[in-house]
Amino acid sequence: MTINGWIQILIFCGIVVLLVKPLGGYMTRVYQGERTFLSFIFAPFERLLYRLAGTSENEDQHWTTYAAGMLAFNLLGFLVLYALQRFQAGLPFNPAGMGAVGPELAFNTATSFVTNTNWQNYGGESTMSYLVQMAGLTVQNFVSAATGMALAIALVRGFSRASAKSIGNFWVDLTRSTLYILLPLCIVLTLFYVYSGVPQTLGAYIDATTLEGAKQTIAVGPVASQLAIKMLGTNGGGFFNANSAHPFENPDALVNLVQMVTIFAIGAALTNVFGRMVGNQRQGWAILASMGVLFIVGVIVTYWAEAAGNPLIHALGIEGGNMEGKEVRFGIPLSALFAVVTTAASCGAVNAMHDSFTALGGMIPIINMELGEVIIGGVGAGLYGILIFVIIAIFVAGLMVGRTPEYLGKKIEGKEVKMAMLAMLCLPLAMLVFTAISVVMPSAVASIANQGPHGFSEILYAYTSAAANNGSAFGGLTGNTPWYNITLGIVMMMGRFMVIIPALAIAGSLAAKKTVPASAGTFPTDSGLFVGLLVGVILIVGGLTFLPALALGPIAEHLAIAAGQTF
Amino acid sequence: MLKQLRPALVMIVIFTAITGLAYPLAMTGISGMLFPKQAEGSLIVENGTVIGSELIGQNFASEKYFHGRPSVTLGPDPADPSKSVVVPYNAANSMGSNLGPANPALIERVKTDLEKLKAENPGQPVPIDLVTTTGSGLDPDISPEGALFQLPRVAKARGVPEDKLRDLVSDLTQAPILGILGEPRVNVLALNRALDAMAK
Repeated sequence: MTINGWIQILIFCGIVVLLVKPLGGYMTRVYQGERTFLSFIFAPFERLLYRLAGTSENEDQHWTTYAAGMLAFNLLGFLVLYALQRFQAGLPFNPAGMGAVGPELAFNTATSFVTNTNWQNYGGESTMSYLVQMAGLTVQNFVSAATGMALAIALVRGFSRASAKSIGNFWVDLTRSTLYILLPLCIVLTLFYVYSGVPQTLGAYIDATTLEGAKQTIAVGPVASQLAIKMLGTNGGGFFNANSAHPFENPDALVNLVQMVTIFAIGAALTNVFGRMVGNQRQGWAILASMGVLFIVGVIVTYWAEAAGNPLIHALGIEGGNMEGKEVRFGIPLSALFAVVTTAASCGAVNAMHDSFTALGGMIPIINMELGEVIIGGVGAGLYGILIFVIIAIFVAGLMVGRTPEYLGKKIEGKEVKMAMLAMLCLPLAMLVFTAISVVMPSAVASIANQGPHGFSEILYAYTSAAANNGSAFGGLTGNTPWYNITLGIVMMMGRFMVIIPALAIAGSLAAKKTVPASAGTFPTDSGLFVGLLVGVILIVGGLTFLPALALGPIAEHLAIAAGQTF
Repeated sequence: MLKQLRPALVMIVIFTAITGLAYPLAMTGISGMLFPKQAEGSLIVENGTVIGSELIGQNFASEKYFHGRPSVTLGPDPADPSKSVVVPYNAANSMGSNLGPANPALIERVKTDLEKLKAENPGQPVPIDLVTTTGSGLDPDISPEGALFQLPRVAKARGVPEDKLRDLVSDLTQAPILGILGEPRVNVLALNRALDAMAK
């Protein structure tokens, strides 16, 4: 580890923290329907859109209606994306002449983008036409992110409203997330990316003749516009197979910094939106602080492990950190930081190949996802995810003192705790059960690229990433087989909808409750004690389940490498 | 849920039009006007032929050139296009090795490369970036140490004094942005073009 490496990490953290208040303030105004500097463009358009859709700004929905709208929208989005892939050969914007995508792969990809996972069993530049990249994938990058943001706001309304039947209007939240927040930021980011060297063209791939006289076909495309939303919406699906390790998708360290900041920006700011909407910004900061503690620990471990390098390579008489699968322009610190950011935030973009990380360096990304993507998390998903943990933490605190637990003046009762546990249990169910089935199926094991514990980690990583809706991979695993295409698709849906629907049920139940005034016996939830309790609950309830699996994978691998063993 | 189909349909159509067509197409148009070179892929054109992109690494095997990092991108086998073989720096199929840290294939590969490099410049420590594969398979850069390590070989093959090449490498070394962000690096294609220009 170097001082310069740590300075870069601190710069990143500083910028994210500085953005929280201004972005949080702006987003709060957007969701509460107040005028912003963009209203003069979008407000008339919004009214027209709502009329076309048969709804209105003032129509408030019960949580079941909200959920039904969300599901209908996601189902249609899935069908459109599936169809676009299947028919791409006959559709325009296909200069490379890509053929139809196979049914299992198209199912996997459509699920993947609709659930904001963006797991990729395909190589972008060798599979998808420009039309699919734009009208299919980019659209879902926007709206799956907007869906997550809408749901988070709906849950926040559960806390901020009292004796209310409704939790907002899904269509309005969806539209505002897209038009006022994601789109304007993406326009600015796209221009910055192109200026920095990211291509944005509809032209065909370039045929170059290299200095040594060989032919080199250079894939290009409308990369920058997709890159902008891929980060901001914590989607992570790369235009190119190598994702943000590709020099066109991440040309230099400044672009890399902006990409990392935009992965965290909205998720971090949503904690401030939460604080503002419940009338006490300190509540938002307490949640962000809990996330921050878990994040920093992850950065320290990964950076240390990657900088320490691979003892098996050192044994050959060569020094240095682990550069296998990394790019020179980022080096060790920015590759390690990126890996922690992208897995903490459910983004899944990568600027280095996680499969080639050291055993412990690659374990932190797995843990980040196993905790349920609550360290900043996916846009919106991170906030509703951590609020579910808050409910459990408050419940545990209530049990300890023998009082009915309260959070922000709402009594947390049986229904909320049951729903929170349901959401929480679906993740280990999806991650561990499918991993267990796969490792005893010879055809599924045949997909691994590395033997021994690392092969186990590849499969564990895949289902963990899918269930957490992250989308990054230990890329050696050949995921493009019917088994993985279908089961990973199912796991992505479980990880998305089995969390979202209980979260909405909690929102509806809380919104209907009266607010009880705080008393001397109320546990203060903006204190350091609460931060400690929340972090403890996340690690014990969320993390401990996975310890046996981690022992079989990265931990076993680390010990074997230390003993000089290869597989 | 049936009642929700109408808004769902309207929203998916409108957002496809806005975010899937208007946004990328407008961005393509504006980028092409403001930054035409970058938007097309920062191509290097000499005498009307494209010789590569400033940002994309190329495969160098000749003694007379500096070499980039090992790349394991796959491409069609020239002998039998239905099979895939390693075609280094295939810019139409970016990928890394995905070898885990305990994979014997990784250790063997590093060992082989290491022996070759040691024979080329005995007694010098081999910089690690020269024996580890790039994540994208297209890394345009090597570390300044990686360039200096190869310098004696290139100087000998070209018959130019090492000092002259050393100046060239230091001229073309890019420092971290603002002295902080990223790592010092040398773009291999730029360096090799400068070599060729020097020879003319």
